Amino acid sequence: MHIRFRAPALAVAGALAVVFGVIVSAGQATPYRAPRGPDGKPNLNGIWQALNEADWDIEGHSAGPGRVMALGAEDAVIPGLGVVEGGPLPYLPAAAAKKKANFEKRLTLDPEIKCYLPGVPRAMYLPQPFQILQSQKHIMMAFQYAGAVRTIYMADQTPAPADSWMGWSNGKWEGDTLVIDTTGFNDLSWFDRAGNFHSDELHVVERITATGPDHLNYEATIEDKKVFSRPWKMSMPLYRRKDKGARLLEFRCVEFVEDLIYGALRKGAK
Amino acid sequence: MRYRALAFGAALAAVAVMAGHTVAGQSPAAPAKKAIPRTPDGQPDLQGYWTNSTYVPLERPDKVTKALYTESEFAALVKDAASREAEQTEPGTVADVHYDFSQFGLDRSQSAFVKNDLRTSMIVDPATGRMPPLTEEGKKRAADRAAERRRAGATTDAVQNMPIGTRCLIMAGSGPPMMNAGYNSNYQIVQSPGYVTILVEMIHDARIIPIVDGKQAALPASMTQWMGDSRGHWDGDTLVIETTNLNGKNPFRGSSEKMKVTERLWRIDANTLGYKFTIDDPGTWTQPWTAEAPMTKSVGPIFEHACHEGNYGVRNTLAGARLEDRKAAEAAAKKTSN
Repeated sequence: MHIRFRAPALAVAGALAVVFGVIVSAGQATPYRAPRGPDGKPNLNGIWQALNEADWDIEGHSAGPGRVMALGAEDAVIPGLGVVEGGPLPYLPAAAAKKKANFEKRLTLDPEIKCYLPGVPRAMYLPQPFQILQSQKHIMMAFQYAGAVRTIYMADQTPAPADSWMGWSNGKWEGDTLVIDTTGFNDLSWFDRAGNFHSDELHVVERITATGPDHLNYEATIEDKKVFSRPWKMSMPLYRRKDKGARLLEFRCVEFVEDLIYGALRKGAK
Repeated sequence: MRYRALAFGAALAAVAVMAGHTVAGQSPAAPAKKAIPRTPDGQPDLQGYWTNSTYVPLERPDKVTKALYTESEFAALVKDAASREAEQTEPGTVADVHYDFSQFGLDRSQSAFVKNDLRTSMIVDPATGRMPPLTEEGKKRAADRAAERRRAGATTDAVQNMPIGTRCLIMAGSGPPMMNAGYNSNYQIVQSPGYVTILVEMIHDARIIPIVDGKQAALPASMTQWMGDSRGHWDGDTLVIETTNLNGKNPFRGSSEKMKVTERLWRIDANTLGYKFTIDDPGTWTQPWTAEAPMTKSVGPIFEHACHEGNYGVRNTLAGARLEDRKAAEAAAKKTSN
């Protein structure tokens, strides 16, 4: 009896496997296809925002007390699973010590506190929206925070002419993925409020792919031989801001930090 | 760094068209005679790098009564202005410590600009080439602002007393309206479906203009911004940008926060964009007024202008003033003890 049933059972299982196999491979073969822009390229235009806690700390972290006692729970660290793939950040020994020191002095050293340009990739997951403005030769990214801007050169590509906060970005399409290669960074921006940092050797390769009408997958590979023992990767979804009349508003924060930065130099200041 | 030769030929050709346009007083919405470049979705293509650097003043100078200079008058005027710019690098002067304008190509005589724009003012309406008279409210506001500045004390007393450009908050050229600054009067226009974005080099200000055809309401009156809230539409091949909801902290020639700015931007030819703006602020001027400030093709790319991040000027100026304060206090104490 057993033998008799075995053959048909195997056959059924085999048939099922084939069916499943087809379904699975079909699923893999037809990823989301983004609508095309007028030039036939995937249309990534829109107002986007990360919905995670990476700006507090790109690595997984528990909730914690804030930096400013008077702000109580409003300044407390919001827990997050982190966006770094594959284990702790591969800091070189001296860099690990510097990260620790950064964390301890984050209230005075974090460039975000001084309204400085956020750098890349931090601009992409700050808790404020940004807009992709996609043309053929240039793709612009405008960030609400500090009015930061990136220009992605799809044409007229050159090496970085000099170091800058937001780096020098050259882009290309790999299928439906926008691949951005950014170099020419200074060593002044951070990855987050926890003091994760880089040097002027930073090299960021980002891959941006639409995974649905209102979602992008964002990946960034970070290479920095002065700070990390190997390249590492972060990834996260970005979400379309669907609020009615959504637009970037001004967050011209220089005005808000002037007394913090220059207040001690005011006439009559103690 | 010297773009003189590059800009010259282009500007000559461009300005002939521009000057004719201005003098003839044609409507910017008049249909273009030649086919203009278009984006893949059919918008007039305004993209590229542009500058509104110019020697034409906003208002017609006193004693000038005509609308156009002769070419020789204009050449003399440019020469005179260029020499004044070069003077800023006179060795041993305070200005010399600041910048060498000519070395870095920041002086207008080396940059791309509309070389043969012979107009004696940017203002085309009123016909006097000058801003209309201030209203009583406008006069009072100007007086109040001057009194407030005196009350606040010296510009070296506190960062808040300094000009907003010095503080890296916003520059005059950011607009609206977009006006030439002393240097770096450069813009990059990028068009994407539904948007025209104008990147202002100074302080990396990106003006994102949604093409809403009147369908998007302005922000509520309770929400104001430094650059206001801009909405765009195409009037034929002319981009029209209407801006309200300004916060009034960057007044334009004494304007109020109620100012409405209507800008018109259109392509004249490969090397020139027409740019015209109308200021409507009944609380400040007795009538609306209009100026034209064409843009000429410039060369890119535009590099990051991280103004605030590198603002040693404010820190050093304040620190120097506080040192002077301490010296003065010490001298006074010494005098008392004697």
